[in-house]
Amino acid sequence: MPVVETEKLILNMGPQHPATHGVLRVILDLRGETILNAEPMIGYLHRGIEKIAESRTYTQFLPYTDRLDYVAAPAWNLAYCEAIEKLMGIEVPERAKYIRTIIAEIARISSHLIAIGTHALDIGAMTVFIYCFRERELTLDLFEHATGSRMLTNFCRIGGVMADLSDQFLKIAREFVEIFPTRMKDYEDLLTQNRIWLKRTKNIAVISAEEGLNLSLNGPNIRGSGVKWDVRKAEPYAAYDKMEFDIPIGQNGDIYDRYLVRLEEMRQSNRIVKQALNQLPDGEIKAKVPRVIRPPKGEVYFRVEAPKGEAGFYIESDGSDKPYRLKIRTPSFANLESIPTMVDGHLVADVVAAIGSIDIVLGEIDR
Amino acid sequence: MNEENIEKGGEEKEEPQEEKINLDDNPIVKKIKERFTEDILDTYCFANRLDEITIKAKKEKIKDICRFVKEEPELDFTYLADITGVDYPDREERFDLVYHLYSVNKNQRLRLRLSTKDGEAVESVTSIWKGADWYEREAFDMLGIKFDGHPNLKRILMPDDWEGHPYRKDYPLEDQKTPKERLKAKPLGE
Repeated sequence: MPVVETEKLILNMGPQHPATHGVLRVILDLRGETILNAEPMIGYLHRGIEKIAESRTYTQFLPYTDRLDYVAAPAWNLAYCEAIEKLMGIEVPERAKYIRTIIAEIARISSHLIAIGTHALDIGAMTVFIYCFRERELTLDLFEHATGSRMLTNFCRIGGVMADLSDQFLKIAREFVEIFPTRMKDYEDLLTQNRIWLKRTKNIAVISAEEGLNLSLNGPNIRGSGVKWDVRKAEPYAAYDKMEFDIPIGQNGDIYDRYLVRLEEMRQSNRIVKQALNQLPDGEIKAKVPRVIRPPKGEVYFRVEAPKGEAGFYIESDGSDKPYRLKIRTPSFANLESIPTMVDGHLVADVVAAIGSIDIVLGEIDR
Repeated sequence: MNEENIEKGGEEKEEPQEEKINLDDNPIVKKIKERFTEDILDTYCFANRLDEITIKAKKEKIKDICRFVKEEPELDFTYLADITGVDYPDREERFDLVYHLYSVNKNQRLRLRLSTKDGEAVESVTSIWKGADWYEREAFDMLGIKFDGHPNLKRILMPDDWEGHPYRKDYPLEDQKTPKERLKAKPLGE
């Protein structure tokens, strides 16, 4: 019988591809359908935001932080404002802290809904996508009531928040936290025990805790591998130190575990929003800060737990009203780096599942 | 915003100088200083905050220090959060590299800093944390800092044929070409 000669095939996936969640290109080396090597190519959305920051005042830069992770903008507003507050030693009023927590947690729900919905869509479950967007619509309505904007909220201000929460917002937010857990049952019914979903996600793209930490994997992805590390608990900011919530972790570090972690995190976020709404104190929503922000000379690194993972700002100030250097540490950048390790030896179709499972946003990878 | 603040225009308030905490007593700093007495140039922390400890080290020793802080069980900095560069064009040692480390088990952060001249290579830490790969590529792409021993040092965010390093302070903010020159420029991909 003649020997069939096989040779390596290079497949270019993206940058225009419905399953890459933006303009991501992955170069795959294949033998048959097995992946020998995967190399993500990024930079298609590079806008040089860190360079822009050097020629903007601290306040002017605030709207740019929305454009990093555009599906969960409040998380980045919060990270930036708290970084400046740390640099200047500003104490934020209690009510503002609670409002920030509420908005940031709604943002997490909103982002995880996209993560699960689009991930399921990539694998072929369209119904989940439509159910997820049904609830995301409610979260966007909440944003609209609180901030006036649905996507790029630009809500936090240095020293507090833009506006107080209206009675109307509080009313619909209370309704939302009651109905959301019942709606979540729909996704679970469709996915958690679904045989196709299990086949596509169990034991696929496994990454161990040790390897994940070595690769700087963070957020729900590293928790899926069993590392109990959440910045909200480890180094609390805003009003998280007064909230009761659990950190869900997985065991195997496969796609299925990362899905379960996100699902449970939404439930916990809902719990936090509920508590914060009940405990919401009266008082000011903004500290008295100088109109021109001129932090003292120095450097800080401040991080929050954004929906995708550890979102950090490293700001070096030279005492002027513009940052000397501003570096944005983005969780998706670190998460994408582990894709080659995850998909090594898997099939082409698993790359789609793996990219969906780490929940990347190219806006914050390319900056 | 009250009137007083507007008029002040953000002038810095003179705050009473707080007493600086002595970092030599800090267990982390102590441990590292014990091992690398000669190679630590400076230690300080911003606003007396223990999550902002900075250790300034000699460039040549960075790989040894990184390996030590990761493998020493009392320090246990298993997580590399970030590597970035800062450009000071007026200095002889033009660039500062800043490493942000985190210990998941001990919940402690640490910042390492080093200075390097333009064109001089720094030892890569990719063999210690695999995650350093992309951060070092980014520092190379954006500031032109070279890394010795990096497996795949090429541009990451900018196109491969890009000229210059955009995050340097002397990088022109506008296109220097005249419209005529721009027309003559070769199209993308050629």
